[in-house]
Amino acid sequence: MEDLKDLYREIILDHSKSPRNFGKISPCTHEGHGDNPLCGDEVSLYLRLGEDETLADVGFEGKGCAISIASASMMTELVKGTSCADAKSRFQQFLTLFSDDSAQSHSDIDDRMKALIGVKQFPMRVKCATLPWHALNAALSGIKSKDDGETKDGC
Amino acid sequence: MNDMTVFDVEKIRGDFPIFEEKIHGKRLTFLDSGASAQKPVAVLDAVQDAYRHTYANVHRGVHYLSQKSTELYEGARETVRDHLNAASVDEIIFTKSTTEAINLVANSFGQMAIGEGDEILLSYLEHHSNIVPWQLVAERVGATVKAVPIDTNGDLLRDRYEEMLTDRTKIVAITHVSNAIGTVNPVKELIAKAHSKDIPVLIDGSQAIPHMKVDVRDLDADFYVFTGHKVFAPTGIGVLFGKAELLEKMPPYQGGGDMINRVTFEKTTFATGHSKFEAGTPPIVQAIGLGAAIDYVNKIGFDQIAAHEQSLLSYATQELGKLNNIRIIGQAKQKAAIVSFTMDDIHPHDIGTIIDQAGVAVRVGHHCAQPLMDFYDVPSTVRASFALYNNKEDVDALVESIKMVQEFFR
Repeated sequence: MEDLKDLYREIILDHSKSPRNFGKISPCTHEGHGDNPLCGDEVSLYLRLGEDETLADVGFEGKGCAISIASASMMTELVKGTSCADAKSRFQQFLTLFSDDSAQSHSDIDDRMKALIGVKQFPMRVKCATLPWHALNAALSGIKSKDDGETKDGC
Repeated sequence: MNDMTVFDVEKIRGDFPIFEEKIHGKRLTFLDSGASAQKPVAVLDAVQDAYRHTYANVHRGVHYLSQKSTELYEGARETVRDHLNAASVDEIIFTKSTTEAINLVANSFGQMAIGEGDEILLSYLEHHSNIVPWQLVAERVGATVKAVPIDTNGDLLRDRYEEMLTDRTKIVAITHVSNAIGTVNPVKELIAKAHSKDIPVLIDGSQAIPHMKVDVRDLDADFYVFTGHKVFAPTGIGVLFGKAELLEKMPPYQGGGDMINRVTFEKTTFATGHSKFEAGTPPIVQAIGLGAAIDYVNKIGFDQIAAHEQSLLSYATQELGKLNNIRIIGQAKQKAAIVSFTMDDIHPHDIGTIIDQAGVAVRVGHHCAQPLMDFYDVPSTVRASFALYNNKEDVDALVESIKMVQEFFR
C-alpha cells in the first residue's frame, strides 16, 4: 500500500482529475503523437512556436491512465514558455529519472518530474509516465526538421 | 469418464501449486485465466516425466527413447482427436499456438482458394490473431476482409451475418467465445448457414476449449483451432483440426524436416496427413503436456466445470453490479465466465495496478480486440476471467479490491 501511495501521490491525482493545458491549441505550429500499443492509450501534443523560438503555447489531448494524464499535464506546465532546447533537455532528464537511480537527488530536477518517481516500483507503468514526453519529443523533432529547411506539416 | 461425484473446488485448487504463493503478502486471486491458465500437478508431472525419463526426438530414431517419445507424442494427438471427436488423427495438426494455426489456414487455404475480389468474413468479436493473418492474405491476393457487426449486448447480428455470406465469400473465420467480453457464438448454426452456401468455416476455439466440450463433427466445423496454455497445458502448443478432405488439397505452410516424402534438389514430394503441416521438430513435450491437461479436465467433467463457472459468472455479475459507476461491457445471452468492465473516470491500468497490491490478478487493456473496444468506444477494459479453480472468495476479493480503488480515487 505504501508503494501505491507513493505512486498515486496527491499531486498526481490532482493533475489526473483536472489536467492543465488540456485540449488542442489554436493556432498550433507543431504536433507530436505517442501511443502505447500494449494498452491502446494515446496522447497528442500540440505546440505553438513563438517568434523567439520558445514554446509560446502547449496543449495535449488523449486517453490514458492517471499516470499518463498527470505526466502530460505536469509536462505541459514545465515546458510552456521554455526554449526548444530546454524542453529537449528536460525530456532527457525525465528519461534519466527512470534509468539512473542517482538522478532523483539532482537538485535541478523539477518536483513535478520527481513526483512520478514512484512509477519506478511498477516497471510495467513506466511507459505510461514517459508516453507524453515521447509525444513532446516527436513534436520537437518536427521543429528541428523545419530548421533543417525540410517542409513538414504542422497541425 | 466422470469419476468425481461432487465438484469440489477446494480439492481442485489443491491440484494447482501456484495457489500456495503469496502475492504482495496476500492470497492470490487469479482472475486472468483468459490470458493464460495455471497448470495442475498432473501437467507439471507429465512434462517433468517426459524430460526425465522418455525424452528424445520423435519420428526419427529406431532407438528405445525415440520410440517411447513418439508413442507419447502421438498418444497426445489421439487424446486431442478423441476429445474433439475428430474422425482421424490425420485431422489433428500440432502448431505452436492458435495464432500459428490460423496463419497456417490463412496462408495454405488462402493460397488454394482465395483470390482477387473474394471476401473473408470475420466478426467484430475477433481477437487480433483472427484478424491480422486474414488481412495479410487479403492484401497479398487482392481480397477483402469483412466483419459481421454485433449488438450492444455483444451478440452477433445473425441477419447481418446471413446477408454478408455472398458468392464472393471464400471462408468464414469466427470465434467460438469472445476473449474480451465472453460472448458464446451459436457456432453450429453459423456453420450450417455458411455450408448452405458451400462456404467453409474456421472456428477459433481458444476461449471455448477450457470451458465446454467441443465436438467438431457435431458442429461440422471445417477448421477448429485452439491453444494449449489456456486449457492448463504448457505454452508453445496449439491445435488445428481440419477436415481431411480440405487438408489433403491444401499446400504445405512451412517446409522442413518431417513434412516430406522424398527430397531432391529438383523436386520434393510431401508427406501426407498431419505430417505435411508439421515441419521441423515439433513441440514434443508441450504436446504431451496438452494430452495430460485434456485428461485432467475430462476427469473432472465439463458438465461440472461449466455449472461451476456459470455460478461464478452470475455471482460476479451480480456483485459487481451492486457497485457504483461500474459498466459491464458485454451482456450476451450466452456467456463464458468472463466479466469485462469499466469504471467511470478511472482507467483500467490504474485499477489493475491498485488491485494487484491486494493480490488480485486481472487483465487490463484492449485484450487484443481493438475493433471491439472501438465498437464500445472504450480504449480498454478490466477483464476478470474465471476458470475451474476459482471460487466465491475470488469474486469477493475482486469486489473488495474494486471498492479500494474507488476509495483511492474518491
